[in-house]
Amino acid sequence: MNWRLWVPLFAFALFIGLAAYQLTQPRDDFVESRMVGQELPYFDLPPAMEGAEGVANVDFADGQPRLLNIWASWCLPCIAEAPHLEALKEQGAEIVGVAIRDRPEDVARFLAQHGNPYVRIGRDDLSEVQLAIGSSGVPETFVIDGKGVIRYQHIGDIRESDVPVLLQRLAEARQ
Amino acid sequence: MIAELGLAALWLAAALAATQMVAGFLAVRDNGTSELAKLIRPAAITQGVLVAFSFAMLVWLFAITDLSVKLVVSNSHSMKPLIFKLSGTWGNHEGSMLLWVMVMGFAGALIALVERRLPERTMNATLAAQGVVSLGFYAFLLLSSNPFERLPTPAAEGMGLNPLLQDIGLAFHPPTLYLGYVGLSVAFSFAVGALLTRQVTPEFARAMRPWVLGAWVWLTVGITAGSYWAYYELGWGGWWFWDPVENASLMPWLAATALLHSASVLASRDALRTWTIMLGVVAFSMSMVGTFLVRSGILTSVHAFAVDPERGTFILVLLGIFIGGALLLFALRANTISEGERFRIASREGALVFNNVMLSAILAIVLLGTLYPLLTEAFDVRVSVGPPYFNPVGAIFAIPMLIVMGVGPLLRWRQDRLDRIGKEVALFGALVLAALILASVLADIGILPLLGLALGLGLAVASLLPLRRRKLSRTPLATWGMVVAHFGIAVALLGMSSESAFTQERLAALEEGGRTSVGPWSIELQGVEPIAGPNWTAMQARIAARYDGGKASVLTPQARNFWAPPQQTTESALLTRWNGQLYAVVGDRTPDGRWQLRLWWKPFVPLIWYGGLLVGLGGVLALIGRVITDIRNRRLAVRIAERRADREALA
Repeated sequence: MNWRLWVPLFAFALFIGLAAYQLTQPRDDFVESRMVGQELPYFDLPPAMEGAEGVANVDFADGQPRLLNIWASWCLPCIAEAPHLEALKEQGAEIVGVAIRDRPEDVARFLAQHGNPYVRIGRDDLSEVQLAIGSSGVPETFVIDGKGVIRYQHIGDIRESDVPVLLQRLAEARQ
Repeated sequence: MIAELGLAALWLAAALAATQMVAGFLAVRDNGTSELAKLIRPAAITQGVLVAFSFAMLVWLFAITDLSVKLVVSNSHSMKPLIFKLSGTWGNHEGSMLLWVMVMGFAGALIALVERRLPERTMNATLAAQGVVSLGFYAFLLLSSNPFERLPTPAAEGMGLNPLLQDIGLAFHPPTLYLGYVGLSVAFSFAVGALLTRQVTPEFARAMRPWVLGAWVWLTVGITAGSYWAYYELGWGGWWFWDPVENASLMPWLAATALLHSASVLASRDALRTWTIMLGVVAFSMSMVGTFLVRSGILTSVHAFAVDPERGTFILVLLGIFIGGALLLFALRANTISEGERFRIASREGALVFNNVMLSAILAIVLLGTLYPLLTEAFDVRVSVGPPYFNPVGAIFAIPMLIVMGVGPLLRWRQDRLDRIGKEVALFGALVLAALILASVLADIGILPLLGLALGLGLAVASLLPLRRRKLSRTPLATWGMVVAHFGIAVALLGMSSESAFTQERLAALEEGGRTSVGPWSIELQGVEPIAGPNWTAMQARIAARYDGGKASVLTPQARNFWAPPQQTTESALLTRWNGQLYAVVGDRTPDGRWQLRLWWKPFVPLIWYGGLLVGLGGVLALIGRVITDIRNRRLAVRIAERRADREALA
């Protein structure tokens, strides 16, 4: 028995095993940001509408954990998540918004219609901040701890079941 | 009715594949005494005819845009030009799988018709193996990807075809590749057949060689065409992206190239028996693994047009049976195949073995790079492997291979001394060194393109040396084939190196009438106007380009909008000179009314594809040479037999 002749079969068996394992895995099309676990990069955004306050990275480094919500008035899932943001706010979460490629009048109309959960709303016309923190779409929500470090990323709209998860993450960020 | 005819023909073909398989194995077991043995060849031939008929029916359905057939509805549109309706037949999962089994059936029929050199028993085993493989793919097609499925109610209109695929290059690129992929199934069946009967002889290699050559030529042409298609159609200016699908076509090519060379050693010197068998199994396995990776969607690719995990499972099971079975047979039987002739390292065989090892190493590297994301994803790490891995790591093995490629064809069989060909080796070495020094002094280029240029130049000359001191009119066609193919590799290498060393790029936002320059070209954007095609509208830029202040030529790149389905594509415009290509793409309009242009000047880039075509031409020459020799030998054998019969009759 020449063991070398069995090497190809063995290598092929490994491939089959790996491929079979991967086929049974649910497809996960989300790309997690590499910035999770890192400090927010520098940014300083102007307000997204009249009467609102802009957003800068230094606002996050005051010891208070917050949610950073990336959204836009032109985004349909953002309408779906609006009530859940409202619920988060009622349960004590402080939410900072960044409006992506938006117009002040549209932002104002959206918030008048669907409620305004934000303490501040920045205006990111070129998706610069969005890209810098590794978000690939709207809406996305980040948990930022009191030192300005990104602790968690939620991709897609917030559903009812996501609310306790985000609150839990906020509580963890407080420690 | 047409659809039902096609489906019926497909089921019948599957039944014949089963017949071929059972009869073949019984004939091998009973040593050909079984009555069933007479069924094998007719079954293979009829199966080829039936599956070709089935494919023709699908083409017909697409030609008349039969909107009661699901596949036509989801991949065609009544307003599409006829040629793209026809190419829509194979521009989707089901249709391309039908094309796959058609080529396989056709290849099986062809062996059954013309192959007479192999011992009958090995022939039966080979056709039985071909039957097993075909049956598996028929099952896949009929059970999970029926191309003839009807809709309960006919649709009003089709859903179009990916506009990127509406291109004449794409109409012919996949069928070409498929002829190559599936042609290798013949080598696989030959290898399995020989393992079953343990008859691995030079005769076997001679019988197998033309089939491998044929498949290899199609693969070469298909890869070359695909690379050119990606180059001008995708509008990125690149010609090779190390995308999983490209790798899926490169891997069988590498294995087939190695197989071709080791089959030559087996045919002329009766050496490398087990290695040749192994490569025969590996080459087609690579085709199937490639298909699996693409179709199952477990790797992300720009080509992923038929992602379906259920189908992926089906193909994986087929793979496990075919490749696993063949490798198991190999492990059990290869021991009993006696070792072939010995040879010295400094000999033609030595050089061929060296290149075989290098080709296999490159194959392993490409395979590893392609599968690596799959492996890391199992540990939740996402990576993508690209040129920074493939280029340098591949080069480690490609460079020694290219050097030996320059010298090897000059060596004699069995044993030789390097000092006998000292002059030629010195010439090759001097050319490479001179080019290295010259290029590194004159231009500031990276190490890989630099080595590529030098080796390409040396190899271009060295590849012609085997013709020296030969009467050209009496040189066998097969030798011409080798020389042309090796020369083609040198030409392609020069093109690749020149492209990566000397390409110049310019991004500009121009108003109408604005000017810019790229390399030796001065560019003027004369205007941008809307134009309309059969199922698209486009903004077409008119660009006047002057080379070194000479006469102006006009390029018209377009940004096209298709409406069924809505999608935007860029149509690049190319201007080819003897010394390179100007490549222009028009993009969006900036808010202040300027147009974004992207321009490249790529010196000598067409050499890549000319080289590829030369390699293919070399293969064709060798194939013709082999077939002619074979026919001549057969006639000779007949004449000798006749004369012997006469003499015996006289005595």
